[in-house]
Amino acid sequence: MTDIATRPAAPARPGALSGLLVVEVGFAAAGPLVGKYLANFGAEVIRLESRLAADVFRTTYPPFKDGLVDPDRAGMFAFYNDGKRSATCNLKHPKGVALARALIGQADVFVESFTPGTVARLGLGADTLRAGHPELIVLSSCNQGQTGPHAFHPGYGSQLSALAGFVQLLGEPDSTPVLLYGPYIDYVAVGYGAIAVLAALERRRRTGIGCTIDLSQYEAGLQFLTPSILEFAANGRIPERAGNADAVAAPHGVYRCAGADRWVALSIWSDAEWRAFRDLTGISGSETAAGRRAARAALDAAIEAWTARRDRDGVVDLLRRAGLRVAPVLSISELFSDPQLAHRGMWPAVTHPAIGAMHVMAPPFRLSSTPSVQERPGPTVGADNDHVFGEILGLSLDERRTLERDGVFE
Amino acid sequence: MCGRILADLGADVVKVEAPGGEPDRLRPPFVGDIENSQRSIPWLAANVNKRGITCDLASADGRALFARLASAARIVVESFAPGRLRELGLEDALRDAIVVSITPYGQDGPLAGVPGSDLEVTAASGSLWLAGEEGRAPVRTAQPQSPYWSGMYGAMGALVALRSPVAQRVDVSAQAAMTTVHPPAPVWWDIAREEHGRTGPFLLGRSIVGSRFRNLWACADGFVSFAIQGGPIGRHTGRMLTEWMAERGEVPPVIAAVDWDRIDNTTLAQAQVDELEAAIAPFLRSLTKTEFFSGVVKRKMLGYPVGDASDSLADPQLRARDFWRTLPPADGLPPLPSLPFPGGFAVFDGERPAVRRHAPKVGQHNAEIYAEAGVDATELARLRAAGTV
Repeated sequence: MTDIATRPAAPARPGALSGLLVVEVGFAAAGPLVGKYLANFGAEVIRLESRLAADVFRTTYPPFKDGLVDPDRAGMFAFYNDGKRSATCNLKHPKGVALARALIGQADVFVESFTPGTVARLGLGADTLRAGHPELIVLSSCNQGQTGPHAFHPGYGSQLSALAGFVQLLGEPDSTPVLLYGPYIDYVAVGYGAIAVLAALERRRRTGIGCTIDLSQYEAGLQFLTPSILEFAANGRIPERAGNADAVAAPHGVYRCAGADRWVALSIWSDAEWRAFRDLTGISGSETAAGRRAARAALDAAIEAWTARRDRDGVVDLLRRAGLRVAPVLSISELFSDPQLAHRGMWPAVTHPAIGAMHVMAPPFRLSSTPSVQERPGPTVGADNDHVFGEILGLSLDERRTLERDGVFE
Repeated sequence: MCGRILADLGADVVKVEAPGGEPDRLRPPFVGDIENSQRSIPWLAANVNKRGITCDLASADGRALFARLASAARIVVESFAPGRLRELGLEDALRDAIVVSITPYGQDGPLAGVPGSDLEVTAASGSLWLAGEEGRAPVRTAQPQSPYWSGMYGAMGALVALRSPVAQRVDVSAQAAMTTVHPPAPVWWDIAREEHGRTGPFLLGRSIVGSRFRNLWACADGFVSFAIQGGPIGRHTGRMLTEWMAERGEVPPVIAAVDWDRIDNTTLAQAQVDELEAAIAPFLRSLTKTEFFSGVVKRKMLGYPVGDASDSLADPQLRARDFWRTLPPADGLPPLPSLPFPGGFAVFDGERPAVRRHAPKVGQHNAEIYAEAGVDATELARLRAAGTV
C-alpha cells in the first residue's frame, strides 16, 4: 500500500476513495472507464501508456478536435479518462517493466484490459505482482474471460453485444435487428468491474488480503439478460425484438410529433391511467389492457395521428400534468440542455490543454456527503511523468533523464 | 437489482415487501405460464440470493418494526417516490445507514417525483434516439434494461459510500443511468457539434469521412455481426475472409482486388464500402450462425453471430468457465422447476459467486428475521394478527 506521505495533498473535501492508488494499463472503454469512476470519487488513478502502442481512443476513434488526428486532441480519450494522470512507460523495455512494477508495488489496485496473457508475458501478471504484494487487487477485464476455448478470440464491444443477445432483442419485428449504437456491453462490464474492485477492497479491509479478478465482458453482459435466459429455459420460447410493445402496458410506444424527427414516448399501466389518457386526448380504445394490447396497431395509429399534429413538449406537459408516464425522446444535443440532467450536474465543464472547453460525464449516482469531483479531463500523453516518476517513485532528475534517453518513457 | 448484486457478493440482503407481496411479483412472463407470486421471470431474476419478509409501512406498528430492522443495516435500498421516506417518518431510523434511492429522475430537480417506466427514462436519456432505423420510430430493447443499469449503479454507489466514514444518501437516477450507455455520441456533439442519430444495422464510429459500415448481416438461419474494419486485427480479418471465400468457392473480384494490408476504414468512401459489402453479403448469407461462429473462431477473425438465449446456454466458452448456476426445484403449487441462472459476474481468486438461494416466497423469512431483530414469538403473533406482517 502507498505511503500516504508520498501522495499529493488531499483535496479540501476528501472523496470517498481518497488515499487509494490505482494503476491501469489498457485501451478503449471497458477497462479504463472503471478507473474513471474511481478517480471521480477521489482515487489517484495513473494510466501507464506508451506512444509506441497508444490507446486506440487516442489514435483511431474520432472525433478529434478540429478533425486533426493527434493523441492529445482525441475527444474519446479526454472524455473517458477524466480525473486520471498519465505517465508514459514503455513496457517493451525491461526498465519500463521495472518502473511499472515499482509503481504497482505502491498501489492498491491494478486494472488491465489487454488480451489474456499479455500482462503475464510482460512480467506484470497477477501472480507475479501479488507474490510480493498480497494486498494488491488486480482486475483483468477482457472480452470473454481469461480462460476457456474463446479466451483469445478477438472482439469488440459492439459485436459482443450481438453475441450476448442484446441485438436480438432490438428492432421492429418486420425488419432486421438494429444496433445499440455503440459497444453497449462494454459499459455493463465497466459497472461490474468497478463493483468487483470495490467489493474486493471491502474484503481486503476485513481480511488484509487482495484479490485477482477475472471479468469477462460477455458474462457481465449476460447478467442483464437473465429474464431472457430464464424464459427460454423455463418455457422454451426465445424472446425476440418486438418494436416498442410491452407485455403489460398498453398503449406503450414511441410516437411521431410535429416537426422533423420529434418523438414522444408514453405508456399506460392501469385502467385509471387509460381513462385519464382517453379523456385528455379523445382517443378511443378498449377499456381493458388486454383489449388494447390485442388492438395495438390500430391504437398506435390513432395515437400517432393525435401526436403528429402536436408539439412534442406540449404533449409531454399535457400528459404529465395528469400524472401519466410520458417523456420526450431527447436527441444527444438535447441531453446537454435538459434541465433535469443539468440540475444533477451530468456534464461537468472542464478545460483541456489541447481541446479547450469540453464536458465530461458525471457518475449517474450522487453521493450526498462525498460527491464526485470532476475538474480535469483525460490527461495529455505523459502529462504527469514528473509527478509519477519524481514524486511517487522518487527518481531524481538525473535518473529520469537517463531513462528518457534510454527510451523508457516513449 | 441493486440488492441482487450485493447479495451475489455475499451480503445478507433482506427484501421487505408489503403483506401480500410486491406488485412486481406478477410481472409476466411466468415460469410455465402459470401466474402466481413465485413464478414471475423478471422478478425471480432480480431476487434470487435474498431473504424476504413482509412489513406494512402504512401502519405505525409496521414503521416501528421497519425502523428496528433498518437500524441494524449498513445499506438500505429503496425506490419510493422522493420524499416518501420522510413522510413515513423513517429518515431518523436510517441516519446511520447508507441509503440508496433509485427513482426515474432522481431525488430533486424539476423532474423529481415525475413517474416514468423503462420506456420514458430511456427516451429521456438519448438511448432511444440512437436505436432504430432512420425515418422510423426509435425502439427499445424488448427486455427492459433501465432497472438493470439503475441497480448496477446503485450497487456501485453503495460500495463507494461504504468506504467513506460518513453514512450518506446515494441518489440514483434511471434517466442519468441510461445516459451513460451510449458514448461516443455525446462526445461527437461536445467536441465536433455532430448530432448522431439512428443508423439501424450500420455502425459509424471510426470513419472520418462519414461512411457507415454494415454491422448486422442476414445469414442462413438468422443474423451475424461482422464489419469491414481497419487496424491489425481488422486487416487480418479481411485477409482471412478472402481465404475463407476461396475455400468455399469463388472470391468476388472486388474482394480479390482488396489489399487488406493497406485498407484504411477511416477514409473509405461510402461507394467503396457499399461495393465491398454487396460482394460480402451473399457469402455470409450462405453460412449458418454456427458455421460462421466456428469459422471466425478458427481464423481468429472479428465477428460473432447474433446470439439468443438458446445460443448462450449452448455456448462452449461459458460452459468451459462453469458460468451457469442451476438452482434445484423449489416447493410450491406447482413446484418451481430447476432453472439455470447466469453465475456470478466475475471470478474472484478463482471462485465465482454462487446463485445459492431461491427468491423468497412472500414473507418466507418473517419468523427467523424478526427473531434475529429481537421480536419475540408473542409479539410476532400480535403483528401477524394485526396484518402488519
